[in-house]
Amino acid sequence: MTTSAHDQPEGATMTLRLPSAPVPVLGRRSLVARSAALLGVPLAAPLLTPRAARAQQAAAGGPSAVIDVDRARSEPIPIALPPLIGAGGTDQLGRDIAGVITNNLSRSGLFRPIDPAAFINAGAAADTPNFQNWKAIGAQALVTGRVESQGGDKVRVEFRLWDVLPGLQIQGTAYTTTQSNWRRIAHIISDVIYERLLGEKGYFDTRVVYIAGTGPRDRRIKRLAIMDQDGENNRFLTDGSFLALTPRFHPTRDQIAFMSYVRNKPRVYLFDLGTGHQQLLGDFNGITLSPRFSPDGGSVIMAQTTNGGSDIYQVDLSSMRPRRLTDSGAIDVSPCFSPDGGQIVFNSDRDGDQQLYVMSADGSGTKRISFGHGRYATPVWSPRGDLIAFTRFGGGTFAIGVMHPDGTGERILSESYYVEGPTFAPNGRVIMFWRETPATDNRGRGFSAHLVSIDITGFNERAITTPTDASDPAWSPLLS
Amino acid sequence: MNIKTVGALAMLALLAAACSEDKPMTTGQTTGAAAAAAPGIAPGSEEDLKTNVGDRVFFDFDKSNVRTDGKDVLDRQAAWLGKYGQVNVQIAGNCDERGTEEYNIALGQRRANSARDYLVAKGVASGRITTISYGKDRPTALGSNEDAWKQNRNAITEVK
Repeated sequence: MTTSAHDQPEGATMTLRLPSAPVPVLGRRSLVARSAALLGVPLAAPLLTPRAARAQQAAAGGPSAVIDVDRARSEPIPIALPPLIGAGGTDQLGRDIAGVITNNLSRSGLFRPIDPAAFINAGAAADTPNFQNWKAIGAQALVTGRVESQGGDKVRVEFRLWDVLPGLQIQGTAYTTTQSNWRRIAHIISDVIYERLLGEKGYFDTRVVYIAGTGPRDRRIKRLAIMDQDGENNRFLTDGSFLALTPRFHPTRDQIAFMSYVRNKPRVYLFDLGTGHQQLLGDFNGITLSPRFSPDGGSVIMAQTTNGGSDIYQVDLSSMRPRRLTDSGAIDVSPCFSPDGGQIVFNSDRDGDQQLYVMSADGSGTKRISFGHGRYATPVWSPRGDLIAFTRFGGGTFAIGVMHPDGTGERILSESYYVEGPTFAPNGRVIMFWRETPATDNRGRGFSAHLVSIDITGFNERAITTPTDASDPAWSPLLS
Repeated sequence: MNIKTVGALAMLALLAAACSEDKPMTTGQTTGAAAAAAPGIAPGSEEDLKTNVGDRVFFDFDKSNVRTDGKDVLDRQAAWLGKYGQVNVQIAGNCDERGTEEYNIALGQRRANSARDYLVAKGVASGRITTISYGKDRPTALGSNEDAWKQNRNAITEVK
């Protein structure tokens, strides 16, 4: 998001105007525009930066709401999120926005939203909260706000984040937007709260593209689908007349690379989220599969099948010229760039079975990094660069794990009958993957596929509810 | 279930063939490409291939080499394709559910290529055969057990 707290003058709330003109539903960068207009809102308490608040708190010797992620894991931050106060018939909207924020923060596992039943006189519409009432119920952080109708479909959403114990405002921001954007506003506010209290970027204003599966498995319909990271706003992007697999987001554009069996010719395609147009990527004789964008968005790396296996190619998106990076005669598949673009991790059976390898971006200097028990697959590099997540299988189970890029420090996060395909949230803090349950009879009953998220520490595993079976998740970058 | 029926029919066809005529087979196994004229099945048709020849070969876990039992089936397919020179086929490679999606697409392709290469070595013109892989997305057996997985690790020849 474009509002970073540090370019905000003290004692003001920043107003962001979101365009009220028709906005493409899937618009990304365009949706939240920074406005030069700053609204001078008188504040009862001076706006302090978190650092200042922390310093002050440290001097006072009490716990502050501003803490780090490691502490939040063992001790989620108690936060109170009363409904935003409505004005001009926006009461429900105020409740809905607070509800989405509550759900986001709760699901992160790093916050503990306090049961609203415990709130004392939460509805009082004062600019300065009565901190005693929030201290009494154990809140360390408090979010207040209001939603005002501005005529027509326009609303103004204002929120303030408070450090309860010292009674200080940490953040104050206002947004104007159309009502239909209310979920995005809630996600943006969630990200601000996350970042201000934990000191690192959030991941709530993001989407997940995935494959929606319906019908019996021998005639499975697999459609490209997209939703908000919390499972809301589901949309199917393809009609199910062909198999769609393994979608991945472009790092900046409204574009997805995925594998499509359209006209029974399995190839990698680019899918434009704005127009729904699908374009063949490159001109290859073999099947092309397992695409992934380079971090700069200028190229795609993917595999092309050969007679005996598959090779990894890089396709430049402006010239569409392919460049072969591997030629091992084995199956080389599932490449993924390091976030600096300098290296590629991929999957190969060149040593007999599926293992993970890292090479330079030009295809040189390949070395194997997986040496544990079993087969390794689907490597993805963390956006922070410090971890590679993978699927590992053998001995009747599948697992999702992480290791350092040099292969050390392997940790298994989740293990069951079948799990596959980790994808990182843009802050590198959360992984999403999919889980399948086995059929319980020979007609395939009992089989299911659904999305799961987990903290990279292996805690806080959560199912994501989708309207159909779901697999192949890919997390978008932050939208704003 | 479906597979077993097909297998049984193929076996009947095989027995019928053994009594009726000799076929030029390299493995010494006889078959009934034309002999088992089940009523209503057009010679040279998809149904003919499935019922009287055998349309699929099976593979071991994470392997793509044609097994001995598969060679018998492919020998019959080669002979049948020799007899019906106008028929083109597509070979689809498939995998069981105990592997990852992307790798399995490449593995399924390897299996399809392996079956194709065998047919070509037996004299079928390569231009008559196309290949595709469905990875693990088109299982024929829907259970989650070794019996189902065995059936799903295959290359299936289909009249195009």
